Amino acid sequence: MLKIENLETFYGNIQALKGIDLHIEDGEIVTLIGANGAGKTTTLMSISGVVPPRNGKIILNGKDITGTAADDIVSMGLIQVPEGRRIFSELSVAENLDMGAFLRNDAAEIKRDMEYVYQLFPILAERRHQHGGTLSGGEQQMLAISRALMAKPKILLLDEPSLGLAPIIVQQIFDIIKKINQEQGTTVFLVEQNANQALKIAHKGYVMETGRITMSDTASNLLADDEVKKAYLGI
Amino acid sequence: MNGTYFIELFLGGLTRGSIYALIALGYTMVYGIIQLINFAHGEIYMIGAFTALIVSSVLSFTGMSPVLIFIIAAIAAVVWAAGYGMTMEKIAYKPLRNAPRLSALISAIGMSLFLQNYVLLAQTSDFQPFPDLIPDLAFLKPIETIMNTTQFIILVTTAVVMVVFTLLIRYTKMGKAMRATAQDMVMAQLVGININKVIMFTFLLGSATAAIGGVLISSHIGQINYYIGFLAGIKAFVAAVLGGIGSIPGAVLGGFVLGLTESFGTGYISSDYEDVFAFAILIIILIFRPSGLLGKTTRKKV
Repeated sequence: MLKIENLETFYGNIQALKGIDLHIEDGEIVTLIGANGAGKTTTLMSISGVVPPRNGKIILNGKDITGTAADDIVSMGLIQVPEGRRIFSELSVAENLDMGAFLRNDAAEIKRDMEYVYQLFPILAERRHQHGGTLSGGEQQMLAISRALMAKPKILLLDEPSLGLAPIIVQQIFDIIKKINQEQGTTVFLVEQNANQALKIAHKGYVMETGRITMSDTASNLLADDEVKKAYLGI
Repeated sequence: MNGTYFIELFLGGLTRGSIYALIALGYTMVYGIIQLINFAHGEIYMIGAFTALIVSSVLSFTGMSPVLIFIIAAIAAVVWAAGYGMTMEKIAYKPLRNAPRLSALISAIGMSLFLQNYVLLAQTSDFQPFPDLIPDLAFLKPIETIMNTTQFIILVTTAVVMVVFTLLIRYTKMGKAMRATAQDMVMAQLVGININKVIMFTFLLGSATAAIGGVLISSHIGQINYYIGFLAGIKAFVAAVLGGIGSIPGAVLGGFVLGLTESFGTGYISSDYEDVFAFAILIIILIFRPSGLLGKTTRKKV
């Protein structure tokens, strides 16, 4: 589904990604774990076309999308829920969802999908006329995921969806991610610092350190790995 | 205190304020989206006025009715000025999208000087008479001394433009995309908004409203030259800052506050200080509300 080859991205003269390779199959949940500053967010922003890479290739469904404009990438079904949620704080909850469906024109289906996300997160239905900025952190994360779902993603990129949330909300968010993957068949690429939770729902995992992929294996093997345990699971 | 005189000044202030508000919309929208003070915006207003002048002069030979000529000239002005606005964005600002904001600002000042001098070469520095195309409306006859027909047209047109504008921003897909882009440009891209189109549309809309202002004021005052965009532009910029730059209702409110202040100031104190009032009110308001009347203090939720 998504293949990354030797991706290198720079901010000015600083190299953030030093040639990374990733491989995500259709229908999988793949996680990328690593510490702060490892380059996880840069990886996602490069894939989404916001920070264009200098070298390497990004291949989506067999098509080279390196250097494609961000909005065109969205139209191909690759949708990102960015770090920090980035809710349009002065748009209402419903308008935020409308924005998620920006490239779609099928009014009836958009409406049905909106009902679906309201079902998924009933709290959003209650707050549909409130400004996005008035929601709590957890509700904003729900809205951010819902907004992405409104775009009918074939592959969903999530950047630290658990960041700054209470444990009970984190659990709920991870359950939903799993549900989206199972029920809708959406491929998920999950970037997390919460390695434990991420590896539990993922099929496959990558470990990233200072711009490089240092390990890759099945999620269960990584969970059992001594080094991963020590560095990322706090065991 | 004389009641009629007061009303006269009040209506005069609203008329001025309307024009300021129409121009200020363009400043505030562009600032809201790309954080640029488009100093060449006043020139778009001036080009709108000249376009209307040229078109109406040509059409006056056809023997068409003045009202029709006025409408055609106004439409031509809006279209032409919008074209200028979009072209300006493409050649002077788009290449500097990722440059420091100061570079784009310098580019804007350059664009302003260029457009002024370009019109100066073509039209000389003399004031050109703007044809009186709007016939007097009969029902305004009894209050002619307080409000004449062009003032009435200015107020009505501005009200209509504001309503259409508000509906556009609030309910259309493009309007929502504009608001989303103003709030978070990266996220806007991530939901599939083509920000180049949004920015271009912003310039189109701002230039169109400025051109409407240009056509209206020219037919009110009756003469124009290449320099009218400069002072009107500065005043409208003051209005935008006064109302809170980046805020659309703020620009409208700022325009009216400024127009009324100038009108009452010149009417009751002295007309020698006309321009002083504009800047005095700016300073006073910014002392108490540094982000403007409806401006938001920047606050980010993490």
